[in-house]
This record gives sequence, C-alpha cells and structure tokens, in this order.
Amino acid sequence: MMTNYGNRMTQGQFSFLPDLTDEEISAQIKYALDNSWALNIEYTDDPHPRNTYWEMYGMPMFDMKDPAGVLMEINECRKTFPNHYIRVMASDATRGVESPKMSYIVNRPEKEPGYHLIREERDGRCQGYTIVPYSNDKPEGERY
Amino acid sequence: MSESTETEETQEPEIILPDDTPVDLQAELVSSNVMEILDQLDQELIGLKPVKTRIRETAALLLVDRMRNKMQLSAASPTLHMSFTGNPGTGKTTVALRMAEILHRLEYVRTGQLVTVTRDDLVGQYIGHTAPKTKDVIKKAMGGVLFIDEAYYLYKPENERDYGAESIEILLQTMENNRDDLVVVLAGYKDKMDIFFHSNPGMRSRIAHHIDFPDYSSDELLAIAQLMLAEQNYRLTEDAKKALLEYTTLRMTMDHFANARSVRNALDRARLRQANRLFADANKSVTKVDLMTIHAEDILASRVFQEGALDMDGDEGADNADLDANQGD
Repeated sequence: MMTNYGNRMTQGQFSFLPDLTDEEISAQIKYALDNSWALNIEYTDDPHPRNTYWEMYGMPMFDMKDPAGVLMEINECRKTFPNHYIRVMASDATRGVESPKMSYIVNRPEKEPGYHLIREERDGRCQGYTIVPYSNDKPEGERY
Repeated sequence: MSESTETEETQEPEIILPDDTPVDLQAELVSSNVMEILDQLDQELIGLKPVKTRIRETAALLLVDRMRNKMQLSAASPTLHMSFTGNPGTGKTTVALRMAEILHRLEYVRTGQLVTVTRDDLVGQYIGHTAPKTKDVIKKAMGGVLFIDEAYYLYKPENERDYGAESIEILLQTMENNRDDLVVVLAGYKDKMDIFFHSNPGMRSRIAHHIDFPDYSSDELLAIAQLMLAEQNYRLTEDAKKALLEYTTLRMTMDHFANARSVRNALDRARLRQANRLFADANKSVTKVDLMTIHAEDILASRVFQEGALDMDGDEGADNADLDANQGD
C-alpha cells in the first residue's frame, strides 16, 4: 500500500487519478445518460477493497435527461455523508438485467488512514495475508 | 492540477474587442433556426397577440445575450421562469411546449424536454413524503422546462397542515440555485393565480415573466376549428362555417365555456352527427367528399341552438364541460 500515495482507497474507475471535479463528474454522467444507462448513488464508510455492496442513497434514477439532476442528488448525498465514500454507478438494462457499466468515486473522507497488513503463519511455511483498514476499528457510522 | 490551469491562462490571453466591432445579428438569427419556430408559432396558433409578442421579445433577448457573450460582455443569465395565466382552453400548455423548443434552440436549456406536472406529482400524502417527491420531479426536469399546471392548487390556505408549502419552498430554492439548469413555468386561471402569488410573494418576485392569455373571439375560434379539422382531414361547408360561428358566439355566453377545448368537443360531436347522417341515408352512394365534409345541419343539431342550453343527455356533455373547467389546460 506504500506505493498508493496517501493510502487512498482505489475502487472502480478513475480511482488512481486526482479526485474528479464536478464538471468532470457531469461529463461522465452525460456519457452514461447518452447510452441510456440508469444511474444510482451509493455510499459506505468501509473502505475495504472487497467491499463491493455499498448502501444505496435514494432510488436509482431512471428516465433522467440531464446531468444536472444527478449532480444535485450527489451534492445532496455529500451534504448528508460528508465524510463517507460516495460513488456513482451506471447500469445497462439491455441484457434484461441491470448490469453495472460504470462505477466511480465522487467523494472521499478527508483523511484516509489506509490499511494494516496482517501476515499469518500457516502450516508448512505458508504465509497468509490479510489487509484491514485502520478506520474499521471503530463501529459503522463513527469511522471518519 | 494548478500547473495546468496556469499554462491554460497564459495560452489564452484575454482579448478585449474594440467598441466598434461589427455584430452580425442576422447570421446569428439564421444559425439558431429560431425564426422557423417563431413563424410556425404564428401559423399554428391563432390569436394570442400578447403571448406571441412576449415570446418574440424573449427570443430577441436571448439572442442578444448570446451575441454579448461572444463579445465577452458577460452578464448574469436572465431568469426565465414564467407564469401563464388565462381561462381554460386558451393554449397555455401548447405554448409551454413551444417555449421549451425555443429555449432549446437558443441554447438556454440543454434539453428541449417539457415535464408537465400537477399538484399530485409534487405534494405527498404524509410527513416526509413531499420533499423527495418534489425533488424527484425537479431532477427529471433538469436541463429542460418544468410546467406546473394549475399551480395555485399547491397552496391551500384553508389547511394549515397542507404539505404544499413545503413543495413551494423546495421549488423556490431550485428556481434560485439552478437557474441555468431549469426553467419553471406556472400555469393557472388568472384570479386564482393572483391569490396564489399574493400569498407567496417569494414566488412572484422570482418569476420575471407574467404572461396573460386572452380569451379567443368567435372568429378566432372558427379559425381554430378549421385548423383542427384540417388536421383530421375534415372540412366545413360554407353554411357549416356560418353555423359554427353562430355556435361559438352562443356558446361563449354560456357556463363552462373552455375556449378552444369547447370547440374541439363541439367538433367531435359534429363528427358523430355526420357519421349518423351518412348512415341514415345509406341508400345514397357515399363519396370520399361526403366522408370529409361536415354540413351545417351537423352543427345546427346541437342543443345550444335548440334550447339555448347545454345538452344534458351526455352528448353535449355538460358534465364534461364542468370537468374541463376544472382541469383547464
């Protein structure tokens, strides 16, 4: 994790880039809308890379025409959870199921403490590895 | 990040144009295609002089604003929230639809969509239901025009615990904060809207354009009728035109008169009678022209002429007229 500057959580698209500006987020939303994908907003305060199921913020947004509406919802979510991870997902329904096509983080906690690596000695000189986010010592909702 | 913005700034030094830079308004007008839609408005909408003038003025303002932007004379983008007041059937919804298209052509709104809502779509049934409902509608209308029909229903002064006020508050907030993203059009009957604005001064001040839709004269109604019939491949005989003119003049003095909508209903009933007439003398051979033509007798059979009252058997539709008057357009 030392190579990942600032211990930032990396999940989904653009997560190795600097944080997206609202303009860039709008452009990505527009791309999704142009492909007629439905958007939804999710949040979590568990930064483990394998934590893929986040909490939904409100309903998924179908029949949207303009990015401004989605951005309004994102800002609403930021106001409610200023120190959580927030991501935008776009789902494609053409295959009969809503399959995710895009997912990118639009909000991060101010300070991300990073991950703790646990090495486990196993039988036969085997080595097991586990990473645990430092922030997960505290219960949900009090982490950041 | 900061580096890149700096280089951008140095690459694009601000050019200050001299005061006598020529402006090609005509070219701008052609490129926006707005004339086309204004002409269409003139042809397809009969009467409504003040409305058309106002729309032309708005279009001109937006066009000049665009030119000013090119000349780097920045000004805050104008607020275009509007209120349409007028009696039922005066074409408020039709004009709102056109408005969305005009604003889209002038690049004032990003999408040309019109989202039409009434109180039901905005106001919830229990505490905490209203805000998400209103926000949902606003989200969907973003980048286009939000048309609130019968807007005065939002505010019910007789019920203190009515949730309409909450909805109005959210609307006001978005009208102020998302001026570039959304144009709100409120519509309703004149007297009721006046009361509505009186009790919501915030709403009144946030709406720059109050447009009043006048009632149609009977000549205008006849022209509207002919336009409606032409769309459906019908035509009136000369006598029928006279009869219809008489009908509209009579009908205007009666209760529940809903302008163009009353005319549409009358025409629907005339078509009914025409079909009946064609069946009644089925022995005669019927030609294509017969199928298309509405005779004076089809119109004169209306009870408006016979008793000077609306039919009560459902055919003339006194109940319908009542409904119309409530729903408006």
